[in-house]
Amino acid sequence: MSDLNAFRNETRDWLEANCPESMRTPMSQGDVVWGGRKVEFKDPDQKVWMDRMGEKGWTCPTWPKEYGGGGLNFEENKVLQEELMRIKARPALNSFGIWMLGPALLEYGTEEQKMEHIPKIVRGEIRWCQGYSEPGSGSDLASLKTKAEDQGEEYLINGQKVWTSYADECDMIFTLVRTGPLEPKHEGISFLLIDMDQEGVTTKPIKLISGKSPFCETFFDNATAPKENLVGGLNKGWSVAKRLLQFERNMIAGMGFGSAASGSSKKSDTKPTSGLATMAKRYVGEKEDKLNDSGLRNKIIDHDMNSQAFALTLRRAAEESKKSNQGPSAASSIFKYYGTEHNKLRYEIMLEAMGTKALGWDGAEFGPEELAITREWLRTKANSIEGGTSEVQLNVISKRVLELPQ
Amino acid sequence: MSLVLNEEQSYLKDTARDFAKNKTPVSHFRSVRDSENPECFDREIWKEMASLGWSGILIPEEYGGSDFGVAGIGVIFEELGRTLTPSPMFSTAVVCASLIKEAGNEDQKKDYLTKIASGDITLAFALEESSRHSPANLETTAKKDGDSYLINGQKTFVLDGGFADFLIIAAATGKGTSLFIANKDARGIDIKVTPMVDSRNAANITFKDLKLSTSDLIGDENGSDQIIEEVLDISRSVISAEMFGGIQEAFDVTLNYLKERDQFGAKIGSFQALQHRAAIMFSEIELCKSCVLESLTSFDESSNDIPRLASLAKAKIGEVFHLVSNEAVQMHGGIGVTDEYDIGFYLKRARVAEQIFGNVQFHKDRYAELTGY
Repeated sequence: MSDLNAFRNETRDWLEANCPESMRTPMSQGDVVWGGRKVEFKDPDQKVWMDRMGEKGWTCPTWPKEYGGGGLNFEENKVLQEELMRIKARPALNSFGIWMLGPALLEYGTEEQKMEHIPKIVRGEIRWCQGYSEPGSGSDLASLKTKAEDQGEEYLINGQKVWTSYADECDMIFTLVRTGPLEPKHEGISFLLIDMDQEGVTTKPIKLISGKSPFCETFFDNATAPKENLVGGLNKGWSVAKRLLQFERNMIAGMGFGSAASGSSKKSDTKPTSGLATMAKRYVGEKEDKLNDSGLRNKIIDHDMNSQAFALTLRRAAEESKKSNQGPSAASSIFKYYGTEHNKLRYEIMLEAMGTKALGWDGAEFGPEELAITREWLRTKANSIEGGTSEVQLNVISKRVLELPQ
Repeated sequence: MSLVLNEEQSYLKDTARDFAKNKTPVSHFRSVRDSENPECFDREIWKEMASLGWSGILIPEEYGGSDFGVAGIGVIFEELGRTLTPSPMFSTAVVCASLIKEAGNEDQKKDYLTKIASGDITLAFALEESSRHSPANLETTAKKDGDSYLINGQKTFVLDGGFADFLIIAAATGKGTSLFIANKDARGIDIKVTPMVDSRNAANITFKDLKLSTSDLIGDENGSDQIIEEVLDISRSVISAEMFGGIQEAFDVTLNYLKERDQFGAKIGSFQALQHRAAIMFSEIELCKSCVLESLTSFDESSNDIPRLASLAKAKIGEVFHLVSNEAVQMHGGIGVTDEYDIGFYLKRARVAEQIFGNVQFHKDRYAELTGY
C-alpha cells in the first residue's frame, strides 16, 4: 500500500511539473490530438504534452516497457488515471492504435512487429485507421473481397474498404484481406498492415447525416505491403480481427461512461446530480423541485438508473478481469450492445426536453451547444451500426455466451 | 467498494447453494404449498437454517450472532431465491432483527436477538396500512395511558404475520413514529391470514385497544422514523438479492428449455426471434447483478449513498424480474401456464416480492428525489 502511495506522490509531482496549464482546461471535439505524420497542433502545448506523456509511456500506461509503454500494473494505472482526473488533464493522445491495434499486436504480433509498431503508437508518430468493412461486406464481414496476392517479397493489394475512420488523415491502415480465395470464407482471410503513403492507396470522405465526414472510402489499386506486415499468420486473420473487434466494442461501449466506470460515488461527499435532469429543467421548468413533465421525468429516471447500473457493470467487469487476469471477454458484446443503445436513448431524451431548440441545423439563433447536440444526436445513430450492429452483438451473445443452437 | 465477493461471502454463498439444492429444491416449495400448511414453511427446515447460523448473520456476536453483515445474508438470500425456499428468515432475521438491533435497549437485545439467533422465535413487522407501500403518515396510533400504551389501527400485508410469535408494530405517537413489540396472542390483536398468490403467508391485523407497557416500546417515543427508513433499506436490498436469485433461475430454466424443445424440425433456441430476446434479458441480468452487489456492500462499508443504491437495486431488479418472469412463461409456451411446471411459481413470486417495501415506481420516484429532481 505504501508503495502505491509513493507512486501516487511521484505521479502527482511529475504531472504538476509536466502537464502544461492549457492542457488542464476543458476541450472541444476539435482539440483531440490524434498524432501521426500529418498532425497539426492547434496549440504548441498539445505537442509538449503528447511528447512528454509518450516519452514516459503513459499514453499507453499498462503496455510493457520494452515496447515503450508505461509498464504500470492495474493499481498503478488506477492511481495515474485518478491523478490525471484530479488535475482535469486532457488526454495527451487518442488513437485507434492505442484502442485497437496495439492490444491486438501485443497478443498476436511477432517480436519484430511489436518492436517496429508499438513504440510509434505510444509516441503518436503513426496514426492508424481500420480497414474492415467493404461495400458488400458489412454485418457479414467475413465475405470480404479485397485481395492480397503473394508477389514473393511483398503482397499486391486490390479492392475497396469503406467506413475507414479518418482515413484521409491517417498514415497506416490495418486491413483484412483475402489471401485464400479457395478456402472457406473465414479461413482465407489475413490481417495486413499497409502504409497509406503510396500511389496505390486513395481515400474519399463520406458525408454523414450529421453533416460531418469522420469516415472515408479507401481504394487499393495495385498497392503493396511487405511480407513482414502480415500479423497472426497466413489465412489466420479472422482470429486477430475478432479479438480486435472486442477491443473496439469495448471502446465504443465506454463512450460517455469513461469517468463513471473508473470512479465511484461511494466515499464522495458531493450530492448526486443528474446531468439530464439539470438540462431538462432548463427547458421545461420545475415544480416543487420536480421536473415539470412527469413523462419526461420518468424517462430520465430510467436512463439515469441504467447509466449507474451500466457504469457499475463496467467496473465489475474490470474487477473480475483483474482477478482472473484476462482481457475483455465475450461479455464485451454486452457492453457494445447496451452502451450504444443507451447512448442513442440519451440523445433522444435530450431532444424531447429541448423541443425545436434541438432541431436547428445552423445559424446564430441557436446556441452552439444546441447545434452540437443536434449533430451528436445524428452521430449516435451510427454507434449501434459501427463495430458490429446491435443485432450482430445479440447474435454473438446468443451463440457465444448463451450457447444457443445455430 | 468491491463488486466481487470476498472469501467469507463466497463461502456463505456456496453453503447456501448446496443447502438449497439438496434440502429445498423447488419441489420442497411445491410440497409445502400442496400440504396446505397455513404457515407456508417447514419448521424442520427453518431449524436447520438457524443451526447453520443464518438467523444470526445480522446479529452481533455478544447476542449469539455472527455479524457477517448485509452482504453476507444477501448472498444467502440470492441462493434461497433461486429455489423459492420458503422460510420466516426475511421477516425475522432481516427486518425485525435489524429493528431491534438499531432501536432496542440492552434488555430487549439480550432477550430477542439471542432468541432470533438461536432460531427459537419468529417475528413479523406490522408496517403497511394500504395496498401500496407508504411508510409515512401512519394511521395506527399509540396513545400513552399512564404506564402503558393503547394501540389502535389496521395493518395489511404483514409478511409472516399469520404465525409469527411476536409482532413489531409501527405506530404514530403524535410527533413521530414509535415501535412496539407484542406477543401475537395478546388481547386486542386480531389476525386474519391472507393467502397470497406466491403461497407465502401474510396477514391483515387489527389492533383494538391493544395494551402494551412502556417496556414494550423499542427505541424512543417518536424517535423511530429514521431507524425504520434505514432498516427498510437493508430489507429492500436483501429482498432484491432474493429476487435476483429468482431471476437467474427462471432465466436458466428457460435457456435450457430453448436448447431442448424441438419445433419445425429445429431447437427453438435456434430461432432469432427468441435468441435476441434471450440476449437482451442476459444483458439486463448483468446490470442487475452489479446493482445488487453494490447495494448489499454499501451497508457494510458505510457508504453515503445507501438509500439511492437500495432504490436502484429494488427498482431495477423489480423491473427485470417482471421482464424475465413474463418471458419465461411465454417462451415455455403451453407448458409454461400449467401448474405442473415450476416456471409459473417465479411469475407469482416476482409480483409479490416487488410489492415488498415499495414497488418499481415507488423506488424510481425515490431515486429521482434523492438525485435532486
